[in-house]
Amino acid sequence: MSAREDIMNRIKAALHDAPQAPVIPRDYRRSSAMTAAQRLEQLVDRLIDYKANVFVVDAADAPVKLAELLAGTGSIVVPHGLPEEWLSALKHDGGTLVVHVDSPQRRLTTADLDSVEAVVTAAATAVSETGTIMLDGSDDQGRRIISLVPDRHICLLRAEDIVEVLPEAIARLEATRPQTWISGPSATSDIELERVEGVHGPRTLDVIILR
Amino acid sequence: MSNTFLGMPALPVYGHGNLNATEPFPKAAHRELGNDQLRANLGHATHTIRDKRLRVVSELPDWEEMRNAGSAIKNATMANLPVLLEQFEANFTARGGIIHWARDAQEANEIVTALIRETGESEVVKVKSMATQEIGLNEYLEEQGIAAFETDLAELIVQLDHDKPSHILVPAIHKNRSQVREIFLREMPVVDPNLTDDPARLAEAARTHLRKKFLSAKVAVSGANFGLADTGTLTVVESEGNGRMCLTLPETLITVMGIEKLLPSWTDLEVFMQLLPRSSTGERMNPYTSLWTGVTPGDGPQNVHLVMLDNGRTAALADEMGRTALNCIRCSACMNVCPVYERTGGHAYGSTYPGPIGAILSPLMTGIKSEENNSLPYASSLCGACFDACPVKINIPEILVHLRGVDVDSKRSARKIPTQMDVIMKAAEWAFSSGSHLNILEKGLPLGKLVAGRDKVIKKLPGMGAGWTQSRDIPAPPTQSFRQWWDKEHQPESGVDHQSTTPEGAQA
Repeated sequence: MSAREDIMNRIKAALHDAPQAPVIPRDYRRSSAMTAAQRLEQLVDRLIDYKANVFVVDAADAPVKLAELLAGTGSIVVPHGLPEEWLSALKHDGGTLVVHVDSPQRRLTTADLDSVEAVVTAAATAVSETGTIMLDGSDDQGRRIISLVPDRHICLLRAEDIVEVLPEAIARLEATRPQTWISGPSATSDIELERVEGVHGPRTLDVIILR
Repeated sequence: MSNTFLGMPALPVYGHGNLNATEPFPKAAHRELGNDQLRANLGHATHTIRDKRLRVVSELPDWEEMRNAGSAIKNATMANLPVLLEQFEANFTARGGIIHWARDAQEANEIVTALIRETGESEVVKVKSMATQEIGLNEYLEEQGIAAFETDLAELIVQLDHDKPSHILVPAIHKNRSQVREIFLREMPVVDPNLTDDPARLAEAARTHLRKKFLSAKVAVSGANFGLADTGTLTVVESEGNGRMCLTLPETLITVMGIEKLLPSWTDLEVFMQLLPRSSTGERMNPYTSLWTGVTPGDGPQNVHLVMLDNGRTAALADEMGRTALNCIRCSACMNVCPVYERTGGHAYGSTYPGPIGAILSPLMTGIKSEENNSLPYASSLCGACFDACPVKINIPEILVHLRGVDVDSKRSARKIPTQMDVIMKAAEWAFSSGSHLNILEKGLPLGKLVAGRDKVIKKLPGMGAGWTQSRDIPAPPTQSFRQWWDKEHQPESGVDHQSTTPEGAQA
C-alpha cells in the first residue's frame, strides 16, 4: 500500500465517529465602516508604526516625489509594467541614475539585483487596519525576487486600492498568484522579544500613497 | 465519498522523532528551575509578549467572533480531512507542484534527502519550521552529508550554539542579548569583534552572515503555516525576510507540512491571518507573508515539492476528546501565558512542542506510553489561561485532564499490585461513601495536630505525599472538623425543636 493510501485509511479510521462539520459563523467584520479619508489616515498611522517612511501626494506629483526620494541614488530596478509616467521626472534630473527594467525577455540575475540600491514597484491592494501592502506579481509589481533583494523598496500605492479590513483584500486578490504581503520593513523580535527593524528583507520601506 | 472504512478496525499509528519527554517532567523542571538566568530571561520575554498580545487583541471589536470562526473552520477541516486533502493535492499538482506522502518522521526524512540528492547539492537553506524540528531533519541530513543552514535569527542562534529550541515561535527565548553576542563572537566565521549586544547590531550580524548563503542557495527547505484546499496555495508567515529569501531565490523548494495544516478555502485565510499575528508576536500583522501555488513560470523556484506528514497526527485525530489539539496554528500564545512554562522553559518538556499545547499534542501523537510523555499532562495547574489565550479555542485544560485519565487507566491495566495511589483512592472511596465513615476518620484530626507539634505545621509527609510537602508546609489540622463543629453548634436545646428545623424535617 502506498503511503498516501495508508494515511488516507488511517484518517478514515480515525474519523470512525463521523464528526459533523459545524456551520462557520462569519459574524466578524467583512467590510469597511470607514470613509476613504479615514482609511488613508489609518494606513499612514500603521505604516509609520512599523517604521516605514510614508508620503501622501496627489497622483500628478508622484514623479516629482519619486525623483526627490531617489536623489543621489546610483541604480534602481523596476518591473516592466511600472507606469512610465512615474519615472518621467527621473529622466530630466541630469543625474547618473541607472534604471534597470526587469522583464520576461530580460530577467535580472540575483547578482544584478544585489548590486542595485532600490526597487520601485506598484501594489495590488493594502489593508489599513493592519498596515499591510499586498503585491501579487502583476506587471507593475514584477517578480517576487525584485522587491526582495535590493535593500530599499519604494512602493507606490493608489489611494483607491486601500481597504480597511483583511476580508476585503482577500476578496480582491486572486489566491493562486504568487503573493507577498508586506507590513513594514523586515524586522525581528527574536532577541528578548524586542522588535528591531532591518534583517534580510529590504531595510528601508518607502510608501508613496497617490491621492 | 464514503465514510465507511473497509478493513480491520485499525489501531492508531503513533509518531516518532523529537516528540518525547526523555525524563519525567517534574525531574526536568526541577533542574531547569535551578537556572536563575533562564528564569530571568523567560520572565522578561513572556511578560513582554503577553502585554503586546493583549494590546493588539483588545483593539479589535470582533476578536471573539473571529475565534469562534477560527475554531469552527478547524473543526470542519478535521471532519472533512480526506476530501480536503484530495482537493488540495489536485489543485497543487495541477499547477506543477509535486506531492509526497510520509507516514512518519523516518519516511519524511528519506524523501527530503532523496529530493536534495536529485539536485546534486549538498547544502540547503532552511526557513524555521516546526514540522522539520519534529522529524529531526537537520540531524538526519547531517548524517547523510548534507548541511542544513537555519536562517531564522532565533534558529540560527540555537544552531550556532549547538543548543535545542525552547519555544515554538522564538526558539532562543531562553537566551538574552549578551548571551547571543557571545555565541555570535564564538561561532561566526566572520564577525566584527566590536559587536555590541544591541539587538539591532546582532540582527545586522545575522544579515551579513547569511547574505551570501541566500544569494547562492540552490535548494531550500520550509514548513508551511496554512495550505488552502480550494486553491492548492501554501502560506509562510515570517518577519525577517529569510522566509522570502528561501521561498523565492533557490531553484528547488521542498516544503514539509503536517496533514492538519489545511484550511478549506482561500476565504478562510481572512480569519487566520488576523488570529495568528496578533496571537503570536502581538503585532497587527507580521512583516512578511508569502503565498505560492505550485510553480509560477519565471517567478520563484521552478522545482516545487511538498511532503505531507502524518507522524502521529492520525493517532491524535482518532482521540475524540483530544483531536481538537490538531486545530493548533502554532502561535505560542498558550506558552507565553502559562505560569508553568514561564518558570521551567521549553527544554523541560523534552518534545519539540513545549508548553500547554505540547503537553497535550506530544502524548496524543506518540501515545501516552511513549518514553516519559505520560508526565506531560500533569505539567499544568489547570488555571485555564491557555484556553483563554488560544485563538482557535482549544480547550487545553479539558484535554489535559482527559489525558491524565488515559495515563491512569493505562497504568492500572498494566499492573497487578495496587499502587499507593490506588490504595489512597480506595480509602477515599470508602471514606466519602458514608457520613459515618467520614466521622470515624475525623476523630483522628487531633493526631495531625500532635504531628504538627509546636510549629503548627507538617513539614514532611510520607510516601507519595512527600511530593506535596517538597516545596510547601501543611498547616496543622484543626482540632475539630466542620462537621464536628456544626454538630456541637446545633446541639438540640429541646429535642422537638431540633427535629422540626432540620431540612429533612421541613420537607417531610
